[in-house]
Amino acid sequence: MAVERLAARATARPAARRNVRHWPLLLAAVTAILAFAAPFVLPTYQTELIILFLMNLVLVVSYRLITTTGDWGLAHVVMMGAGGYSAALMAKGLDLPVWLTVPLAGFVAAAVAGLISVPLLRTRAFGYFIASFALGELLRLFWIRLDVPFGGIRGIINIPEGELFGHSLFETIPYYFFALFVAFVCVGIMYLLDRSRLGMTWKALYSDPALAECVGIDVTHYRRSAFMIGSGFAGVAGAMLAHRMGAIDPKNFDLITMLYLIIWVVVGGTQSFWGAMVGLLAMTFVFELTRPLLEWRPLIFGVVLIFFLIFVPGGIESLVGRLRGWIGLLKRDAS
Amino acid sequence: MDLATFVQTFANAVISSSIYALVAVGLALSFGVMKMANFAHGEFFMAGAYVVYVLYAIAGHPFILAVLCAVPIVALMGLAAERLIFRPTRDNLLAGFMATAGLSFILQVLAGRIWGVGLMKRVPTPIMGAVDFAGAHIGSQRLVILPVAILTLVALWLFLNRTRQGKALRAAAQKPEAAALQGIDLNRMSALAMTIAGASAGLAGALMAPVTPVTPYMGHSVILMAFVVVVLGGMASIQGAMIAAVILGFVITFCTTLFDGVIATMVGVGLMALVLVVRPQGLMGRETV
Repeated sequence: MAVERLAARATARPAARRNVRHWPLLLAAVTAILAFAAPFVLPTYQTELIILFLMNLVLVVSYRLITTTGDWGLAHVVMMGAGGYSAALMAKGLDLPVWLTVPLAGFVAAAVAGLISVPLLRTRAFGYFIASFALGELLRLFWIRLDVPFGGIRGIINIPEGELFGHSLFETIPYYFFALFVAFVCVGIMYLLDRSRLGMTWKALYSDPALAECVGIDVTHYRRSAFMIGSGFAGVAGAMLAHRMGAIDPKNFDLITMLYLIIWVVVGGTQSFWGAMVGLLAMTFVFELTRPLLEWRPLIFGVVLIFFLIFVPGGIESLVGRLRGWIGLLKRDAS
Repeated sequence: MDLATFVQTFANAVISSSIYALVAVGLALSFGVMKMANFAHGEFFMAGAYVVYVLYAIAGHPFILAVLCAVPIVALMGLAAERLIFRPTRDNLLAGFMATAGLSFILQVLAGRIWGVGLMKRVPTPIMGAVDFAGAHIGSQRLVILPVAILTLVALWLFLNRTRQGKALRAAAQKPEAAALQGIDLNRMSALAMTIAGASAGLAGALMAPVTPVTPYMGHSVILMAFVVVVLGGMASIQGAMIAAVILGFVITFCTTLFDGVIATMVGVGLMALVLVVRPQGLMGRETV
């Protein structure tokens, strides 16, 4: 029975493929055109929102990359901060140009992640959650405690916006294209990683850790590589944030921000590469809608988180799957 | 460090150890029984402090009454969390944990909206006076915490080791399937564990209300330390949590006296990281966390 169904699917595949093949390309083209036109059409405020969205996109996709190994940490936003702080220090103290600080910040964040991973990777599941929270707090306490060079509780201000090809990145439109470029490159690399052998190995660690270990996969090594690479991209997002805001402080990278990140991933889902992005998009709208309810926002997001975890555990992407199932059923009934 | 400072710090360390133990024992118990890790445990502590603030500082009822009210109120919160969050997410352990992270933010916002965020709430000291010993000056209010905590922990120990319900709870923790086959209702056990966890966190918060500023965010540092204690002790081990609470209480208090609070927290978390590298299963745990 099952064999027949599989065989039917295998033979039916080419025909189905021909139908769907075109729309991703079309969608990509439309997105590209919209992305290029956006800053010229939209008001400045909306463009700034898209810039923020692009940074968050790098952040959420990099977090999803780590979660494919089954490691749900609470330190990812702190890793973003590691990138933000290092970019700020490199731009302010060493006078490095922005095209150097942003990638270097990624490498610094990855290095910090490598250091933290030594105790962190001794843990699993809950232990990992707890230990990543505690170790993230440890790093944040460093920033709070050390006035030199991190500026203590007040953080670092007057971070240079930087300049590219003669355009000041203080202006919205040049920064928009800079952010678009960085986000495109980062998300593109992570997409390729997701499809690569490395990405497959990461997913194997989650779906069957015991089996993965049995076939000789060095679990700790691969968990570490996912954590370091994901944290590196989070660091890039942090560097982007530091340059855009011109100031960062330990509060930018606290537990509330981490909660938002988890909500994006939970709302969107982590099974497909696109789930986390959908979650970010949906919650960005909710975030903007709840702007008048500033003080209530953590409560609203807390309720959304609990709702999704209990009633839609697979996130929005699982709804798409369910919908497809229903349409399939309807089609079969009709034929 | 002169003798007076040493005695003072030692006394403070003993008291914070007992508070850490009270907070962490509930966390270790609920984790041990049904693998429920409650991120909102620090907010349960905060809720206990707010009950004392409302009943004693605002309404003017006796302090003892306020504490006695805080325990069942927060115990009910634990029960509610078990019913509404942990039971529906039982098949996905991390989901329950993340959902309680959402709960902690809900409780923080509610406390902040109802009683205000800005100014710290000071609860007047109900038990005045102090004990002088070797030049040290220890407030009586703080001294009360120690016997109450010890009595509570002894009562809990007796409950777990001497009563039918307590033995059932331990059986459920060791082998849930076997316990269920023996007719132990696992739903009841997890509800019981969360009720005890809520009660002990509420008691700790209520006792601390007069000696610490009451704010909606006071749970944050508490949960951090409680997590460190639980990882140090070995996740599900109650004895481990006790020992780790004493170690951490002393380390944190002495570092606070010698340096400052932030460095003390850093040392505490650093200790946890060190233990994870050297002995990943924690001090008393059997399996890795």
